[in-house]
Amino acid sequence: MTMKKIIIAATLALSVASAAFAEEQKGAPAASPAVSSPAEQGAAAAVAAPAAQAPAAAVAAPAPAAPVKKELKTNKVITIGMFAVIIAITMGVVVWAASQTKTASDFYAAGGGITGTQNGWAIAGDYMSAASFLGISGLISLYGYDGFMYSVGWLVAYITVLLIVAEPCRNAGKYTLGDILSFRTSPKPVRAIAAISTVAVSTFYLTAQMVGAGKLMALLIGVPYKMSIIGVGVLMVGYVVFGGMVATTWVQIIKAGLLMSGAFLLSFLVMLKAGFNPIGFFSTIVGSPDIQDHVSKLVLKDGVILAGADAGQRFLEPGLYLKNPLDQISLGMALVLGTAGMPHILMRFFTVPTAQAARKSVIIAMFIIGGFYVLTTLLGFGAAIHLTPQGITAVDPGGNMATLMLAQQMGADIAPILGDIFLAFLCAVAFATILAVVSGLVLAASAAIAHDIYVNVIKDGHADQHEQVFAARATSFVVGACGILIGLAAEKQNVAHLVALAFAVAASGNLPVVVLSLFWRKFNTAGVISGLLVGTIASIGLVMVSPNMTYPKVVAEGAKKVIVAMEKKQAALPAGETLGEKDAKALAKAKVDAQLTGTSMLGLEKPLFTLKNPGIISIPLGFMAAILGALAFPNRRSEEMFDEVYVRQNTGLGMAKAVEH
Amino acid sequence: MAERQYDWKAIAKNPKFVELHHKKTAFLFGWWIFSCVYYFLLPIGAAYTPGIFKVKMIGVINFGYVFALSQFFVSWGIALYYAHVANKDFDRLTRELIDELHL
Repeated sequence: MTMKKIIIAATLALSVASAAFAEEQKGAPAASPAVSSPAEQGAAAAVAAPAAQAPAAAVAAPAPAAPVKKELKTNKVITIGMFAVIIAITMGVVVWAASQTKTASDFYAAGGGITGTQNGWAIAGDYMSAASFLGISGLISLYGYDGFMYSVGWLVAYITVLLIVAEPCRNAGKYTLGDILSFRTSPKPVRAIAAISTVAVSTFYLTAQMVGAGKLMALLIGVPYKMSIIGVGVLMVGYVVFGGMVATTWVQIIKAGLLMSGAFLLSFLVMLKAGFNPIGFFSTIVGSPDIQDHVSKLVLKDGVILAGADAGQRFLEPGLYLKNPLDQISLGMALVLGTAGMPHILMRFFTVPTAQAARKSVIIAMFIIGGFYVLTTLLGFGAAIHLTPQGITAVDPGGNMATLMLAQQMGADIAPILGDIFLAFLCAVAFATILAVVSGLVLAASAAIAHDIYVNVIKDGHADQHEQVFAARATSFVVGACGILIGLAAEKQNVAHLVALAFAVAASGNLPVVVLSLFWRKFNTAGVISGLLVGTIASIGLVMVSPNMTYPKVVAEGAKKVIVAMEKKQAALPAGETLGEKDAKALAKAKVDAQLTGTSMLGLEKPLFTLKNPGIISIPLGFMAAILGALAFPNRRSEEMFDEVYVRQNTGLGMAKAVEH
Repeated sequence: MAERQYDWKAIAKNPKFVELHHKKTAFLFGWWIFSCVYYFLLPIGAAYTPGIFKVKMIGVINFGYVFALSQFFVSWGIALYYAHVANKDFDRLTRELIDELHL
């Protein structure tokens, strides 16, 4: 029982930690002008915290026209109708799935009965969050080339999944990360620590998703934030508790299907307008006076003067948004290695019967995900052409509404009612997207707690099917409820960096120990523990001393620069005239911020680590700790069992045990 | 639950398994390293050799755009090539090995 208490305490501590992370961001926005690049976390950041980018954009690129705050108007009847259809269909799936879920294997791995093709769609549905759906097209619509470049890493990450982890994990694992790691090590400590790492990664990711979900729903259909979180949370808990992996898989498949249909439809309409001529399409971008004007304002901040076609061409060149190459490389490393260490992605490979099916599912997922990002380029550039960057930022400074606005306009150009229908459809897709991603995360976290900690650590693996399924359902309920509470608590906070943090922890903690467990003879218990601990702590620690945190003195310095600039502007005005409303507001805010003093959460005056993404340091640290830990405490049994692990993971021999229950 | 007992050490020394292991290791890590190098050329190139990225290739479409787009096709290409080799070679070797063991 004491173990149980420790686990509960650890889980709670993690939740509090992530809330504290978010807390630190309060009042952060003014920090942006002081940092060279506004948001390295990119699209993920964009959806999770549209509000946080607002002041930066407002200071950086004042709109030429009067700053009228526009809103995206949805047709409530059609939109709510579409939401109801999605809820009804997924509920039907849950009722059907619940009747199929009788054993632990059914609950965690759909009894191994998902086909390769189905799993491919489910992986895509599990992976592509609202941030990639709305955020990346928004980035492209505002910053052109850099948005496109940002999307590439999210696909390339799957090469690691395909070549290194998918098939061995299918052959060597059962339900969780702990199963793979504990094979030739001391099961109890390894499972406990693997579960804590899984819960940490899932909590960080889930918090970002929940807050993003709440804000998005509030923006789309005007439901208050708290109501949205509770609504999304109740559905998520319902899917997982009653339908387990079967329901979660089908929700993800439905979502991926809807997402691809939406992207295809919109891209078709965009290309139809361009006469299916890609060269002409790009010439239109370069020739658009609105885009030229937008770009010349963007580069003016760096002291570059560009106008006309040169400015238009600049939109297709790198460097408008991603300005710190080291941060880019660091994020790239976290993506390429982190995706393969994400517990909710690893878990998907246990749902297929064979390694061949696992292979097929990754390849199908790669075509869906990659195809989606290629279409996203058309949507982003299409939005820039047809809505203009100025029109997009007037609705949302982060550009998150670009795709939705494009849907409305493309439809309305055919018939006004079609605009409402397209917009409602895309809103419904965003809704389904959120549900699919959060359900996968809740299932992964619950599996770690119920299967690794409860069944294998507390009960020594002696629990009958009935008890295992009950434990899994009860845990999912508690994890889901915690997700809702964290979502409610984090409303006012900037949680954008939590997505990058989740990938960094997965890349620095989970991936090194998974790879070494599968491929290195001398790896053992000490290696798993030191690798997981050092990788996880290093990534969290580096983020805590990075520019992601709020440093009041840095904020104050930035504010002082704004004051100087505004005073210069004031002086340049003809006598008697005053600053515009927007500038006056910025000046008032800067004057308040300039008074800020004190230190960050860890008592720092300025960041110790200058990158927002810790991967470039924490990933090598994680690998080194895992290797040194294993070498320092050699274990003969682990070495002797390597032949078994290696033969199993290559051939699938002995796997029947994992599928049967 | 009666699980068949395997002599894992003997299987690990089986020439068929050794062949499978060598072929797989060379292929998987080789292509993984290639894909990483190709991917990281994108952010590194965009940051340090922007001049090359700005060279126009087709109309206004520049090298940078073509290079970023090529990342998708290279990834898909590696995936399909791997599927081809795995279905043809690795799976065949595995089947032959298992057949031999069950004799």
